[in-house]
Amino acid sequence: FLHYSLSIALPPLSYLVAQVRPLHGSGCGQQQEAVGMEMRPETFSIFRTQENDPDCQSEQHQGQYYTVPPSHFHTVFPHGLPPRYQQQVKTFNEGCVMVRQPALELISHLKRADYSKPTLRYLLYGVKGSGKTMSLCHTVHYCSTQGWLVLHIPDAHLWVKNCKELLPSSYHASRFDQPIQASNWLRNFRTTNENFLSKIKLRQRYVWTKRESTEEGQPLGELVDMGVSRVKSSSDVVGAVLKELRLQAGGTEGGFRLAVAVDGVNGLWGRTTLKKEDKSPVAPEELTLVHNLRKMINNDWCGGAVIATLSQTGSLYAPSSAYLPQELLGEEGFDSMDPFIPVPVSLYSEKEFESCYLYYLDRHWLQHPHSQTEEGKKELIFLSNRNPSVLERLCAFL
Amino acid sequence: MAASGGRTVGSFLWKCGNCCFNFNTVSSNLTRQVLSRQLCVSAVLHRKNLAAAGPEKFSEEFIKKQVEEFNIGKRHLANMMGEDPETFTQGDINRSIAYLFPSGLFDKKAKPLMKHPDEVFPKQRAVQWGADGRPFHFLFYTGKQSYYSLMHVSTGSLVGSRWLLKEELEELLVETISEHDYARFIQLMERLLSLPYCSVEEDFVQRYRRQLEIQSSKQQVQPLQYDQHGVAYSTGDGRRKTATGTVLLRDSGSGSISINGTNYVHYFPVLQDREQLMFPLHFMGVLGRFDMQCSVSGGGHSSQAGALRLAISRAMLSFLSEGQVETMRQAGLLTPDPRIKERKKPGQEGARRKFTWKKR
Repeated sequence: FLHYSLSIALPPLSYLVAQVRPLHGSGCGQQQEAVGMEMRPETFSIFRTQENDPDCQSEQHQGQYYTVPPSHFHTVFPHGLPPRYQQQVKTFNEGCVMVRQPALELISHLKRADYSKPTLRYLLYGVKGSGKTMSLCHTVHYCSTQGWLVLHIPDAHLWVKNCKELLPSSYHASRFDQPIQASNWLRNFRTTNENFLSKIKLRQRYVWTKRESTEEGQPLGELVDMGVSRVKSSSDVVGAVLKELRLQAGGTEGGFRLAVAVDGVNGLWGRTTLKKEDKSPVAPEELTLVHNLRKMINNDWCGGAVIATLSQTGSLYAPSSAYLPQELLGEEGFDSMDPFIPVPVSLYSEKEFESCYLYYLDRHWLQHPHSQTEEGKKELIFLSNRNPSVLERLCAFL
Repeated sequence: MAASGGRTVGSFLWKCGNCCFNFNTVSSNLTRQVLSRQLCVSAVLHRKNLAAAGPEKFSEEFIKKQVEEFNIGKRHLANMMGEDPETFTQGDINRSIAYLFPSGLFDKKAKPLMKHPDEVFPKQRAVQWGADGRPFHFLFYTGKQSYYSLMHVSTGSLVGSRWLLKEELEELLVETISEHDYARFIQLMERLLSLPYCSVEEDFVQRYRRQLEIQSSKQQVQPLQYDQHGVAYSTGDGRRKTATGTVLLRDSGSGSISINGTNYVHYFPVLQDREQLMFPLHFMGVLGRFDMQCSVSGGGHSSQAGALRLAISRAMLSFLSEGQVETMRQAGLLTPDPRIKERKKPGQEGARRKFTWKKR
């Protein structure tokens, strides 16, 4: 129990003993006492919670890690997680997410929102590495456990850069298709929402070519399969899927809630690095995928929510110090997103940092003997300034 | 080997029961021993320069043990001769040995002897350096540290001081002095110093000398300033290679640092630069205590980090005690790094790099 002999200087840890632990931080004292009163003898660490259902998590779990059940993992997150986090999951053999205040706020909004009104748009913003994507994934997990249909676009920037194939769209003359990205996304969409695919029926007939068409009343699954197999028309399939979902989301008969989770939403309104054949740049609205997605983000439909994250990391032509919505979205984007509910994501608080540190110790990720001392912890705090991603990269080689 | 002779005499007397008069071995050992060790006066002439002799051959414990054995042997010898052990002198020892071990040899040096180990074993120096290889004495690398330290002491009073100026002398004597008089006075004092035994009158001479201020080794520690809330703060600036930085260090903070208005994690994305910033604080153990506002310009990211490190160390001096200042100085935190970019020379591609050598 090496890591238990830290500055905490306690005999075996349990929630009961946790209340004795001197914590710094304003609201922590009351929270710890609340926890101590819960009497859970089977818990074995301060930084973990057994409450794995995002629905039941509340402020008292703030700063603690909950485990995403492995069964959910591949269905809910085929493509949404940050790459370093995916590596960490593979290394630690478990997916643990920290319960943090922005995610809790979002979830509480989602619980209380009125879904007969036009959709509310939530925007997560913060400095680089503060945990916006992870909060988004936490919310997505909540939505999927609640039985919502989740449209998770892992990174909108992937659609505006590094595209090898740009086909002129068959549907609309001046637009461009991106078959590879669209078919990838459809495949992941299919994995995420298996159970909805058979339930939702199409309300319109779609004609793809002279010989192929999808009739009204067919299940959505067929449309998606068609998009995956016929790569050429996959972008149009994406557009069709989005339209169908938009129409049917708030519907009274067999209604489902639709969550549109977009990471890096500022990519939809910036510039692209793609070029047409005559070397002139492509504007984002000339891409089919982007065009359809923008229609989704508009709040002219009801029965769901739009949760978006700003991201500077993958963005094009944005300075690295920019993190506010105004700077990253630009004028056009801000006007389209307006009105939205901004949710700031801050760096780790002292309690959250402590939690993360204990988690790494528990997983034996911090191998260096000095990092397990109090002084080593102070050094880590200094060097990372409690920035989650910086801390993660720092601990990776310790 | 040289030790064995003395040892056998002492140990022989130590183990009284062992009446093995091994004269031949003793004498042969003694011969070898006596050849290499003699009385102090003549030893000086024949002995090699021990300063260059290398690491010590006899350790301190060995010498101590020899001294013990000698003393005990002396008492045994006294008992044997029926004399009082307390008043047994070296002369008595010599006579007893000559009586007990009559030697037909003519060479004085070949005869058996029993002397105090300090006279037998050559005086040698202890190891001059510590475990890390750093020598103890500051004049070690001159080769003759004791000599130069002696010279240093005897002229110490003159170094770092100057004669009184004419005005100061006038003030002291409360009389007007002409330049000629002043010149005569200086001449007289110099003459006094040139005589032997001038150190006897050192006090008299010192009255007419003034100390020169040695500025180089002292760190100028500025006093702490307090702002309107009573929070202590201090500033420091540092330079490295073309980058200059200034730091405003505030007490009772939370360890937040802003550089040119931005957060230090964003300003220095490289870990090495942040470690440079951390070093002075971590070294003194005050990591979470200070808030810092830094501004830096010029140079590249590494030199900016180095400049800020120096500035932080200098700003911290006001908060630390004398001993801590000394440790910081020894750690090299207060030394400005003098390295700059070396000039490119003509005929070479860079400062050191030569053009590609072509055989033909």
